[in-house]
Amino acid sequence: MNVIKCEACGYENSSGTAICNNCGKPLDKDNNTNLLNMRYDGRAIRSKTRNTSIVDKIWNFFSSIKVGVSLIAIALIASAIGTIFPQSPYIPSTVEPAVHYRDQYGIFGQIYYQLGFHELYSSWWYMILIALIGISIFIVSLDRGIPLYKALKNQNPKRHINFLKRQKLFGYYSQYSPKDYDTLKANLKKHRYKIYEKDGHILAEKGRFSRWGPYVNHTGLIIFLIGTLLHFVPYMYVDEFIWVREGETEIIPGTGQKYYVENQDFIFETYGDDEEDAKFSEMLERQGTVVAKHYETKAIIYKDTSEGVIGSEPTLEEVTRGSAIVNEPIKFDGFALYQSKYQLNEFQSMSFKLHETDDPEEQSLLEFTVDFADPERVYTFDNGFKIEINKYYPDYVLDDDGTPRSQTNYPRNPAFVFFVYPPGEEEPEVSFIGIRQNLDPSQSNQYRIGLTGIDVRDVSGLNLKKDLTLPVLGLGAFIFMIGVIQGMYWQHRRIWIHPENGTLYIASHTNKNWFGMNKEVEKIMQNTNFEMLEDQENKVTKDK
Amino acid sequence: MSKVDEANTSKQTKKRNRLIYRTSILVLLFGALLFAVISNLFADDKTLDIGDKAPDFQLPHLNGDQSDVLRLSDLKGKGVMLNFWATYCEPCEREMPYMESLYPEYKDKGVEIIAVSVDATELVINQFVDQFDLTFPVLHDKNSQVMDAYGIRPLPTTFFIDENGIVVERVIGELTLEKLEGYLQKIEPS
Repeated sequence: MNVIKCEACGYENSSGTAICNNCGKPLDKDNNTNLLNMRYDGRAIRSKTRNTSIVDKIWNFFSSIKVGVSLIAIALIASAIGTIFPQSPYIPSTVEPAVHYRDQYGIFGQIYYQLGFHELYSSWWYMILIALIGISIFIVSLDRGIPLYKALKNQNPKRHINFLKRQKLFGYYSQYSPKDYDTLKANLKKHRYKIYEKDGHILAEKGRFSRWGPYVNHTGLIIFLIGTLLHFVPYMYVDEFIWVREGETEIIPGTGQKYYVENQDFIFETYGDDEEDAKFSEMLERQGTVVAKHYETKAIIYKDTSEGVIGSEPTLEEVTRGSAIVNEPIKFDGFALYQSKYQLNEFQSMSFKLHETDDPEEQSLLEFTVDFADPERVYTFDNGFKIEINKYYPDYVLDDDGTPRSQTNYPRNPAFVFFVYPPGEEEPEVSFIGIRQNLDPSQSNQYRIGLTGIDVRDVSGLNLKKDLTLPVLGLGAFIFMIGVIQGMYWQHRRIWIHPENGTLYIASHTNKNWFGMNKEVEKIMQNTNFEMLEDQENKVTKDK
Repeated sequence: MSKVDEANTSKQTKKRNRLIYRTSILVLLFGALLFAVISNLFADDKTLDIGDKAPDFQLPHLNGDQSDVLRLSDLKGKGVMLNFWATYCEPCEREMPYMESLYPEYKDKGVEIIAVSVDATELVINQFVDQFDLTFPVLHDKNSQVMDAYGIRPLPTTFFIDENGIVVERVIGELTLEKLEGYLQKIEPS
């Protein structure tokens, strides 16, 4: 049987108990002279009681403070390593991470990369580590918090004499008057102690709730961890990015094809544009570059109210309109649209004219405009000319084989192969036109296409955010702080008064701030003939 | 019942209760851990997955002859290979001839090949279709609605959908001719 029978009162305590749960007699027979270990008020830590099934073994593993501290230490070291070199989201996106870490940081960088430290904080093992800490905190708290709660809830005011003798602050008085006893009791009440009495024995207690501080704190921490888990629950957390050209309406990703955004205008201002910026002129001159002052996207948010199948023409209804200015997002239906990136002066359209190749005046025979949002394939004219765009490359490059192609969807470097059909002709003349390029492959074109104008527009990069986990994180942090305050700024103080055979024994305990406890005991003993309690810890060390 | 027996029974109950209590807490905690790790591994993967029902959609059919709109649900009873691509994407360009070469054979077997382009303009798609003589339907997702619904990230991404509209296979990245043929066989209606 795993019980310890108390020699004094016969109560059966579970194994691991340090102080009898009933009468308070210390159960450790070996060191009768040392101060009593008051951790968890002498209760057995629950996990230490049995160790049989696999469930119990796992439970006990996590219940160990040593394991918890080791996990925290490992997490700390790993987190520190993660800061030695930049994490992968913060390296240039144009280079391969493997190459970047090797080139920038040498052999250590390569090892760093190969061990996966470049994306440490999102790695599976780091997540498991943090989760194990959470599990450890939870089980440790349960195993210690519940016995402590029970112990403090069922305190017997009448404690065994040895319990008092082995407290840090202790004193005994063989001659005392009942008047002193009453004054002491009154003083305790005056200092807002709660008095529990049994047969003349007194337990005076205050600030017990401060003992729950760590557990409240852990509860907050666990709520916080749950909040971080909620990131992965769909619709709790959205983080999307979208490019919108001025004048265009785009679907907003991450909203279930429900919302659209129209970019009405992108505004980019730099210092020096304004008269009031004159005061910065000296600094700007020294800087030598353009310094951005203001980014803003004027936008309208629409909701698709059509019930049609995906891909059918949406019916857009305005939800809101406003400006996204860096830290001032446009808010709608729990979402926030932030100004995030921009691109100035992307091509919107190009205007051309056709003239005779050998005309020095370059007199226009016809004019046409290619709209990059929706370019026409064929342009016909009243004077019989027909121009066909045979090839259109929005973002023209020559690939490795020397074949022309477009490298992106966007008209950043537009180029064309034009077929010009003069009136009545079946065979076209071929022209290649790009930015600062105008080629005649046959060298014998009668007509030449000339660029007459360019329209540009800005592109705004917007960041869609939704984070419903924030209230949970806030609640967790709030409870965490309450726990910290509760545990830090109050102390759990107890004074036991034990009359036995005409002698009054007094002992006191606090979970921290012994200096304050001493002062308070002194005040409580005022107007009595009691001498101040003796600090037995000092005595013990002196004796040694 | 003697006192010893009583004590033993109460101890047994206590023990059993503790086991239940500890097991349920551990299951809960490790469940949360597992959820966190698995969700983290697939955090960036919002793409429609194998076993999911392919959402219905309709898009303009750029190289069709009569109807200018093609709707996925109209192909009920057929296997559908749904390929998301763009003209500026080189791997997409490389796999197009494979699709074209297998199309006539599998069309007869009840498998339709559909290529959804996410290009900005019809012009570039039409030029591409002409250049590669594509005969399977090429659709234009101008507003990126279908791309968003299917959670497409890198191009090309290809879904193989069986006759019941369920995604049987999903390929993110380039296909080879052999793989393509294998997947097409998988979605042949029985």
